[in-house]
Amino acid sequence: MRRILLIAFKDLLLIIRDRSTVLMILIGPFLLTLGMGLISGQMGGSASPSSGPSDIPVVIVNQDGQSLGNALVNVLSSPELATLLEPGLVSDVEEAKQQVEEDQAAAAIIIPAGFTRSLIPPAGEWQAWLPSSSSNIPLQIYANPGRPNSVAVVESIVREFLFRVEKGRILGWTAIAPLVAKGVIQPAQAEDVGRAWGESQAWSGVEKDLIRVVITEGEATRPRDLNVMASMAPGMALLFLMFTATFGARSLLVEHRQQTLQRLMITPTLPHQILLGKGIGVYLSGVVQQVLLIGVSTWFFALNWGDAWGVLALILCASLAAVGWGLFIAALARTPAQVASAGTALMLVFGLLGGSFVDLGDMPPALYVLSRLTPNAWGLDGYAILAGGGSLSQIAQPLLALLLMGVVLITLAGMVLMRSRRFAQV
Amino acid sequence: MIRVQNLTKRFDHLTAVDDLTFEVRAGEIFSLLGPNGAGKTTTISILATLLLPTSGEAWIGGYSILKHPLEVRRLIGVVPQEIALYQDLSGYENLWFWGQMYGLKGRELRQRIHSTLEQVGLSEKADHKVRTYSGGMKRRLNLAAGLLHRPQVLFLDEPTVGIDPQSRRAILDFVKSLNREGITILYTTHYMEEAQELSHRVGIMDHGRLIALGTQSELLQQVGEYDTLILTFEDDLNPQPPLEALQRLPGVINVLQEDHRLKVLTRTSGEILPHLIAVCLEHGVRIRGVEIIEPNLEAVFLKLTGRALRD
Repeated sequence: MRRILLIAFKDLLLIIRDRSTVLMILIGPFLLTLGMGLISGQMGGSASPSSGPSDIPVVIVNQDGQSLGNALVNVLSSPELATLLEPGLVSDVEEAKQQVEEDQAAAAIIIPAGFTRSLIPPAGEWQAWLPSSSSNIPLQIYANPGRPNSVAVVESIVREFLFRVEKGRILGWTAIAPLVAKGVIQPAQAEDVGRAWGESQAWSGVEKDLIRVVITEGEATRPRDLNVMASMAPGMALLFLMFTATFGARSLLVEHRQQTLQRLMITPTLPHQILLGKGIGVYLSGVVQQVLLIGVSTWFFALNWGDAWGVLALILCASLAAVGWGLFIAALARTPAQVASAGTALMLVFGLLGGSFVDLGDMPPALYVLSRLTPNAWGLDGYAILAGGGSLSQIAQPLLALLLMGVVLITLAGMVLMRSRRFAQV
Repeated sequence: MIRVQNLTKRFDHLTAVDDLTFEVRAGEIFSLLGPNGAGKTTTISILATLLLPTSGEAWIGGYSILKHPLEVRRLIGVVPQEIALYQDLSGYENLWFWGQMYGLKGRELRQRIHSTLEQVGLSEKADHKVRTYSGGMKRRLNLAAGLLHRPQVLFLDEPTVGIDPQSRRAILDFVKSLNREGITILYTTHYMEEAQELSHRVGIMDHGRLIALGTQSELLQQVGEYDTLILTFEDDLNPQPPLEALQRLPGVINVLQEDHRLKVLTRTSGEILPHLIAVCLEHGVRIRGVEIIEPNLEAVFLKLTGRALRD
């Protein structure tokens, strides 16, 4: 194990010592993110709708038909959200789901029957006002996995709505209880006053607040630029992760050419230990790059990447998948130049296909399927979910996909390399 | 210490090593002498467990290179012909890394690095990146990296190629001092002078085969009665020396032209010289100088192959 880590440490040190590499894998993506952000944000002039998600098709099933259900429909259909959402009302849940499955909608929001009643109980059921009530009927969002960014936007709007409702309930309860205690109002009046207070707090400024939070804080050009950065930064980070992985894997062939690999092979070290050490070195360089890029962009662009553990898990899994691709290319190539050219081509193709440059939601279905072969697509899915308020458990699918991709590719690369002249005694 | 038996290595249609058999005794400097492409490096690569032989077997310190490669690797140090070092690490860092790969650590490793750097005269440059070293300094560090772990057997593959005379001298002296410490050395070279200066025994290789083997005196006995006459011509070699006519002269064993010089292997240098000069003059070739060389390993190679070592 010690020899494996030594090789990994040495490789990491060599990458850090190489100024041109540092420039390419750290400063390059940062500047590119900044540049693209400026072009599509400030330098592009007005806040064009194309700079972020827009006209997201959403299908709504309002089985509730009561005040809260109707209020949510009104929010989603409000003129302030008109450029962002394209809502449609249907009555049948299955029809709504079908629209999502056929990629006609990014998400179906199903407001179940009894939703309002579960949150605002009828007169006489005053205990149900308690915030700890567990009888709430949940809203359902049936998400289109092909449009993770759009789903994240829809989810954030619905979450904000629910937060406002919950806030109204709590405020109603906490405001009325002291009034009853002090005898300002009679206990018999408490429920009516509390209902009125809570509802007023729940609805006051709901639409205004939602619009401000999600897209259109009028004078707020700064939050708008940050949104552009928020969609650029993960894309660039993943794009350059592919570069780092292929560049790192190239060192296998460089070492063979400069004879240091042969020198390693005649130390008391087994070939698979050398391969593992080099793989770990490349992996660590990818992880370090991602941590630094995300850290700097958080600080410099004031980006919120979401749940920290989720981000860390994504970094670890995306780096593994990228290293898998890098080693696989290195295993098939004959010269460092071949790895460099194939790696650069792959980086750009994966960037285009994986959503680093364009929203995956805009892709035709066939390309969408192909995009699933790239670490970029899965990584961006994960980052979008996290940025939309998702937790570690909600990115299980992208994490597993990245993990599987990494393990399969590294295994294949290992098998090819162990049989090659570079590693096998021939 | 090293036993090689019927070792053969084929690459597709090329036989790089052809039925090689020899032994190297403990504490000995054994040189494999031969021109480029003779199979010296392939032989070392097989013995260092980097390549598998097509057939045959070898043992180092009693361990089979086929059955116990890891044990063999612990016994040996290899100084490859190429500069196999990390250019962006310093000399000290390179030695630290290679020492660790051989299991050295802590104070012992630091002491070894300092003493080895001292031995190869690189202490003052220890913290400089290898990229900034001269060719000779890189060669010396390459050597240091191969012997840091104090191997029982050291393979040196053409360690003086392409360096200045001063660094070459330093390396040859260092090899001798290592041997005095008890290290068995297998040294490959195509420089006859190095083989003569260093070796207890020499194996001469050509086209993958061992064509002669023995101590220097044993080898020189093969050409003991032969001298090498060297005729030097004017720079403007016009007309060319009459090689065929010279070859036909009685007493001439072999004739070889190298630039403006003609090497003639003969056992009767005193008698043949006037005839050589006469033939040259007859053909209009002007001779600038004549030199008679005592028998040496190059003469052995010339006699056995009809070619010079540099071919």
